[in-house]
Order: sequence, then structure tokens, then C-alpha cells
Amino acid sequence: MMASSPLDFDKNIRELEAQIERLQGLARDGGLDADSEVGTLESKLKDLKKNAYGSLTPIERVQLARHPNRPFTRDYLERTFTDFMEMHGDRLYRNDESILGGWARLEGRTVMVIGHQRGRDMKENLHRNFGMPHPEGYRKALRLMHQADKFGHPIITLIDTPGAYPGLGAEERGQAEAIARNLREMAALRVPTISVVIGEGGSGGALALGVTDRIIMLENAVYSVITPEGCAAILWKTADAKDKAAEALKLTAPDLKALGVVDDVVPEPTGGAHGDWDGVADALRETLARHVRELEAMDRDDRRRARWRKYEALGEWREPAPA
Amino acid sequence: MAWFRKEKQKLTAADKRELPSDVFEKCPECGEILYRNRLEQNLWVCPACAHHHRIGAEAYVSLLMDEDGFTETDAELRSGDPLKFRDLKPYPERLKSAERKAGRGDAVITGYGPLDGIDVNLAVMDFSFIGGSMGSVVGEKISRAARRALLQEEGLIVVSASGGARMMEGILSLMQMAKTSVALAQLQEARLPYISILTNPTTGGVTASYAMLGDVNLAEPGALIGFAGPRVIEQTIKQELPEGFQRSEFLLEHGMVDAIVDRRAMKSRVAGYLRHMLGLPRSEVAETA
Repeated sequence: MMASSPLDFDKNIRELEAQIERLQGLARDGGLDADSEVGTLESKLKDLKKNAYGSLTPIERVQLARHPNRPFTRDYLERTFTDFMEMHGDRLYRNDESILGGWARLEGRTVMVIGHQRGRDMKENLHRNFGMPHPEGYRKALRLMHQADKFGHPIITLIDTPGAYPGLGAEERGQAEAIARNLREMAALRVPTISVVIGEGGSGGALALGVTDRIIMLENAVYSVITPEGCAAILWKTADAKDKAAEALKLTAPDLKALGVVDDVVPEPTGGAHGDWDGVADALRETLARHVRELEAMDRDDRRRARWRKYEALGEWREPAPA
Repeated sequence: MAWFRKEKQKLTAADKRELPSDVFEKCPECGEILYRNRLEQNLWVCPACAHHHRIGAEAYVSLLMDEDGFTETDAELRSGDPLKFRDLKPYPERLKSAERKAGRGDAVITGYGPLDGIDVNLAVMDFSFIGGSMGSVVGEKISRAARRALLQEEGLIVVSASGGARMMEGILSLMQMAKTSVALAQLQEARLPYISILTNPTTGGVTASYAMLGDVNLAEPGALIGFAGPRVIEQTIKQELPEGFQRSEFLLEHGMVDAIVDRRAMKSRVAGYLRHMLGLPRSEVAETA
């Protein structure tokens, strides 16, 4: 665990954890028996965690989703999957390090895995551009998806980005075109496709890997058309209203499940995914394997039609009954 | 006898500002004072400098479609309030006041009819309705227009003007990008023509979905077209943007649009492309510029 944490709400938890550690250290050094005190504190810690994580507000979930110690795409590639063989480049311009992709195995079955890759510290983040792809990242992703389609293997995408990069080069090379093309081409793919929001699902930059048969979210992931900060600045005219914006945007996994956008939610261990990488990676493997099995059992054309129907139904509108 | 020495009445600043706006319009580009009537007849293109003023969605429909040939569809569609969204105002109130202002229920007109004698399906976005933002109604109406094109085996034309997704519909507004792209994927497989016309401004989720996916992308001159808004980019890269960045001419140079077309020639150009794609003979009236 890093010493610093971006979370406001787990301050008490971290203080108590530090206290327990100190007590254990003292007991060890002094040869004393502090088991009962430690036991009391540990049960208090458990309650505290349960309370804090049992009633997370939307903005707290946003903080968790962005937590630097949360498992990232590469961490899942090492745990949920085996035999990862990375492929690089869009064959047009360059390789984008903010998107990883390649063949891997899920319980032995070959799949194509493509995901946004964030960095854990500043150096890594500069290398990964904070998980914000340029057009070449999306074009690499599409190249790999077409390859999976060619060989008839399922595609699994892991979504974890603040958004597509807003910069000069990105606009020059057609950020909008790259995203748009991915949306249309993903709709047309003939193999089973599953997307998983593992952290932050930031708008079009997330959706560009997300037009899939199934949409899955980790329990503390968020998925939104705009960041709560951005929304607050525009509609409330102050970024301070980000709590309200996070609330209003309905961006948490349970909210999105209720809206019919998300098909399945993978529970995270108490304390969040950053506390137990293996646990959450195992849970994700089980969920993915189940969905791959279900999708592979479907007729190829039916499966694609069902994908289309799913997106056609999204939205809420009223109209007079036809006369 | 100094009847001609009439005392000069000085124009005050207030007088100058109060040019009756229903009679005159000042061109923001060249400063020319223009008769509104004359400007309207010229399809809201400045006769002096060819600056393309904002034009109403109905006016765009009539400039593209053959006279009296357009049948509007789904005009009664209204947005729900799926998130019960409330910022400083509840979303349904915003919708109501936008409807009063724009005179229509959401940010797009859809329908069908002949364009230079070719049956097409048309969607024209209306920037005056909450910034042309794409919510459930825009997504649904554009999808329906595409589905009708598919069923009738006709082409689709979309005229975009939008600030992007409508955040008051949260994730469902984002999903309209997917929904419209799903419809376009089907048009693509059916080998039916889709022409995207980009007008000022087209940014965000609309650019990153159907506006960039035309078989032919046509832009009006000088239109702002991009994924991220210029202010967001400036804040990110912390430097001023170069002159002309994200304008139509920039997009043409970078290979993102097929041509920049003056609004006054738009109909004949669209007809020309359609005739090539559909293997129809050249038009008697249309020029192919």
C-alpha cells in the first residue's frame, strides 16, 4: 500500500491501520503480548471498512475508480488471463502506449484482449499518457479486433481511461474519426465481444472500446459521458459541485445496471479492488468465462442482431401512440 | 433661407447599436451591414465575404430537398428524464424552455423525400436546441432515419451542428453514439450511401460518431469541427491554438473531409455524389462542380 491515497473517506481506516501496525511493532520489539488489543482494533477496522465501503457515495466511487493502486489492464493480463502475447502499432502512424492489446488465454481458450493502460506513478503515466489514447491507439485496437474477427476468437476489452486525449496531434490525426470508426466496426464484428469497465470509463474515449455484446463493470468502477468535475463546471458553474454532479450523472455500476446499460457487475472485496488484486482478478475470470460460454452458444447472426437490438433500445423517449 | 443647413443629428452610441435586428444583420466576419431579407435569400451566406452565418434547420431542409417534397417524421418524439437530472434547473424545465425557444421538441428534424429527384432520408440538427446536443431523441430519430433508408434501400444524409452529447441524459446520451453507429454499420453492409454534412460547430460525441462516418464527408467553409473543444485543448496543452485549428480547411488538409462546399452549391454537390454512388445518370439541373 502506498503511503499516500487519493481517497478522502478512508482516512480513519488508514489511521487505524497505521495504529495497528505500530502496536504490533511495539509488541514485537518489546516481546509483549498485544494480541487482545490488536484483535479489538482489527475488529474495529473491519467495522469501519464495512461502514465506509458499504455506503459509498458516487464521488467516493469515482475516487476509488481512479485509485493508483487499483489493478490495471496489465495486472489483469497477468492474473485473469494467461499466455499474453502483446502486439504493437496501428500500421499507419505509431504505437500508442496508452492501449495494450494482444492474444491471451481465458481458461485455456484463445481470446483477444485490448485495454487502456494507466500508469501508477508519474514516470509510468508519462509513458502511458495517463491512459488517454491518441487516434493511433484506437486504430491499433481496431486492427487487433479485425484480426480476432478473422480467426473467430472472442474479444475482451478492458476500459480504464479518463478519456481520449484532447491535443493538437490527436485532432490533426482524426481523434473523432478514429473513435467513430471503432463504434461502427465493433457493431459489425461477428465474434463474441465483451467490454469490462475496470476503473474509470471516460466518455467517447471509453466507448471506443465498448460497443460489445456484453458490458460488464467492476463494482467500484464508474462510466460516464463527462467527468463529474467537467459537468459541475459547465452546469453548476463551479468545479466544487462535483459531488452533486457525480450524484446526478448516475455513473456507478449499480445505477448503470438499473438503467439497462450494464449487463453484469463483478463484486469487489471489501475495501475495493486495490486491496485484493488476485481476488478481483479471479472473480473477473469466472464472470468472463460464463459470458464467453453464453455468447459462443448463440448463432453467429443472432448474436450480432441481439447486440444491435441492445443498443437500439438504449435511451428514453416519449411519443404519441400511432393513430 | 438656410433650409438645407439642417442641424446634424448626431448618432449616439445607443442608436448605432439599435439597428433593428429584424431588418439588418451585421456580418461578424467582414463587418458589412446586410439586409436580413437579402441574407436569407442568399441562404445566410454573406454576399460580401461568403461567411456562412448560422442557418435554421428548416431552412437547411428546404435548401437540400426538392420543393414541397419533404415529409417530416417523428416530430412528436420527446425526451424522457431517465436520470431525474437536476442541476441548477431540472432537466424537464430546460427541455420545455428549449422547445419554446426553438419551436421544436428536440435538436433534430428527420424525414424523407426527393433531392434532385433522388429519394433520400434526411436528418438536420438544430444547434439552437440545447446546443444541438445529442440525447435519446436525437439518437432515436437518426437511427430511425437510417433504418428507413435500409428498408427503402435509399441513401441517408445527415447535417450536423452540435456541441456533443447531452450530459443531462448521462450515460444514455453517450450510448446514442453507439446506437447511431450500429445503424450506420447496417447501412454500410447494405452498401447504401451515407453523406455527412458538417456545419459550424460540430464537436464532441456527434463528430466522434455519425458526423465522421460518411462515405462522403462535406464541410461548410470555416466550420469548427473537432473532437475536443478548443478551450479544453488549450487547458490541456497550456498553449494557444494555431490560427485556423479545427476549421473545415484544417480538416480538409488533414484528410478528414472530402470537400469544403459552399452552402449555395451544397444541393448540387450532394446530388452529384449520390448519382455517382447509385449509378444514376447525371442530372439535367445539377452541376457536379
